[in-house]
Amino acid sequence: MSIPLHYYLGLSAVLFAIGVAGVLTRRNAIVVFMCIELMLNSVNLTLIAFASFMGDISGHVLVFFVMAVAAAEATVGLAIVIALFRNRQTVNIDEINILKW
Amino acid sequence: MTAETVLFFIVAACAIASAVLMVMQRNPVMSAIFLIGNFFTIAFLYLILQAQLLAVLQIVVYTGAIMVLVVFVIMLLNLGDEKKLTERFDIKKVLGVILVFGFLLEMLYLFGISEETRVYAGLNPKAVAVGTVESMGKAMFSTYLFPFEITGLLLLASIVGAVVLAKRRL
Repeated sequence: MSIPLHYYLGLSAVLFAIGVAGVLTRRNAIVVFMCIELMLNSVNLTLIAFASFMGDISGHVLVFFVMAVAAAEATVGLAIVIALFRNRQTVNIDEINILKW
Repeated sequence: MTAETVLFFIVAACAIASAVLMVMQRNPVMSAIFLIGNFFTIAFLYLILQAQLLAVLQIVVYTGAIMVLVVFVIMLLNLGDEKKLTERFDIKKVLGVILVFGFLLEMLYLFGISEETRVYAGLNPKAVAVGTVESMGKAMFSTYLFPFEITGLLLLASIVGAVVLAKRRL
């Protein structure tokens, strides 16, 4: 058991930053959505790393709930993408500006 | 460097490479495939961290349910012409990426100098017993029973919401 905790924290920081960069730069709504899933996963990795190093069950249970919330978010988010595509014929987030004024 | 550290670095390199490729791909289907690869590497890291149940759930829930849904929506929308979605060069995007890079350096610096994370010499000996289905089930149906029930309500609400949003006429 030689991998220190900050290796895991560094890896999840890198994955989270890649996810943020994807959300900021991509314009396809579905790809933005996948980048958000990547960010959720990197935070899950942090939680499990801390839980395993502390020998505590709470982190594992919290990751389980994050997975449930991610599943709920995926269904509703993709339903919104389908509804938007039906009304505007695009998934380009630069063209989706009906809530802007 | 032990074999475990070498394994960690290989898996970590695969995770970062698949994440970068996911963001760089122009075709959303290729992005989805690289994201599935990334989920598998993270499930592997969960196994190294002795979280067996969550490693299985990661594969079943994320790659089995969520990514199938994403790929299904990509297929349903039939985003044939990629010309409409050509990524424009934009000064705001460059600024955003520079800010993200600064944010990343800040996080890595904090994790590097933090003394708090160095109090753990390695994995806790209790971690092997913590990640099993048995201990997870005990915790979830005793201490965390109420949040567990609320999760069921949340999933029901999301199903109803998805049907309301996606159905043409109710």
